[in-house]
Amino acid sequence: MTISSDPYSGPIILPDDPNLGPEVQLDYPGYRSTQWRAPSHPLVTLPEELHRLDGPVFGESALEASDDDLTRQHAGEPLGERIIVHGRVLDESARPLRGALVEIWQANAAGRYHHEVDRHPAPLDPNFSGAGRCLTDDEGRYRFTTIKPGAYPWGNHPNAWRPAHIHFSLFGRAFEQRLVTQMYFPGDPLFPYDPIFNSVRDPRSRELLIARFDLETTQPEWALSFEWDIVLRSTPVEAS
Amino acid sequence: MNRTPSQTVGPYYAIGICRRAENELDQDGVELTGELIDGRGEPITDGLIELWDPAGGRWGRSGTHPAGRFRFIVPRDCDVLEVFVFARGLLRHQRTRIYLREVEDEVLAGLSLEQRATLHAAAAGGGLRFDIHMQGERQTVFFAH
Repeated sequence: MTISSDPYSGPIILPDDPNLGPEVQLDYPGYRSTQWRAPSHPLVTLPEELHRLDGPVFGESALEASDDDLTRQHAGEPLGERIIVHGRVLDESARPLRGALVEIWQANAAGRYHHEVDRHPAPLDPNFSGAGRCLTDDEGRYRFTTIKPGAYPWGNHPNAWRPAHIHFSLFGRAFEQRLVTQMYFPGDPLFPYDPIFNSVRDPRSRELLIARFDLETTQPEWALSFEWDIVLRSTPVEAS
Repeated sequence: MNRTPSQTVGPYYAIGICRRAENELDQDGVELTGELIDGRGEPITDGLIELWDPAGGRWGRSGTHPAGRFRFIVPRDCDVLEVFVFARGLLRHQRTRIYLREVEDEVLAGLSLEQRATLHAAAAGGGLRFDIHMQGERQTVFFAH
């Protein structure tokens, strides 16, 4: 049932605005939950030294076996298209960030999350939890083996579907390098209709959320590969 | 190089980043609880709070599922904690601070009395209480970052 009192019947997608650069528009009207959650008062400026804080930094103790292979966390193999997702974590000066904790979570191949709140009537996969983590190596590289997530519906507007995506959480070296974002797959037909993706209004910055199909690291007879580099802000911490 | 933009944690972050309890910054610390509240005064039941004590190198996080409440054990020997707030509907995390005791510093000196009040944890039943208001008259002070 669509709700007839709904103020609009389709997604509100605002026009491109390259002036916003990598900034996401916090009160993006097409993403309705922002209405009561995005701060309404101006942000306050902090003294410079509070932008120079270190850490937190995590070590091997944060990891468990199979954390970087989401297809091997259960007795059987999950259903779906097996993929490799890899790339580098860099700062804005292209310096690789080593030892960065990368955490991911995602829906299964049918577009269902292993989470009690998710009521999408698509099957759960007993062999897929959809969570992984790893630390970047000395060259800032991370790599996961997983399943390509499915698109799924959500209640934001009538017939709303999220493009397939993997959630990423990153800790760099500096406190303000913290980033939570989402990686998308190239050529997704849902891009023009997704208010979360389009809340980044600079089209070139939006493109940075899309992985590249990578034939070179695609494993013959085994798995397609996607490459996605993640750029964290430069801070005085890693320059020192 | 251009920075990768932020996107919301969404409602299902717990499967990825709340797999284990990480809300004790200090075993022998004091309990800090609070509620994450939206602009209508409703609890945000799919938020995530991260705390960082840079002086002591102590970090923790707590989800707000299922009732909008978070809970930490925070160090007793700490004046102020750095805070990030994440939630569905929040396209980028917000930064604030929790003052655990009365101190004076450059940050507080630049704020009005009403603003300062939003950053102070209150004594409550042997522990500490700190609510985070995302919007409205009682909006917590959030810092540019």
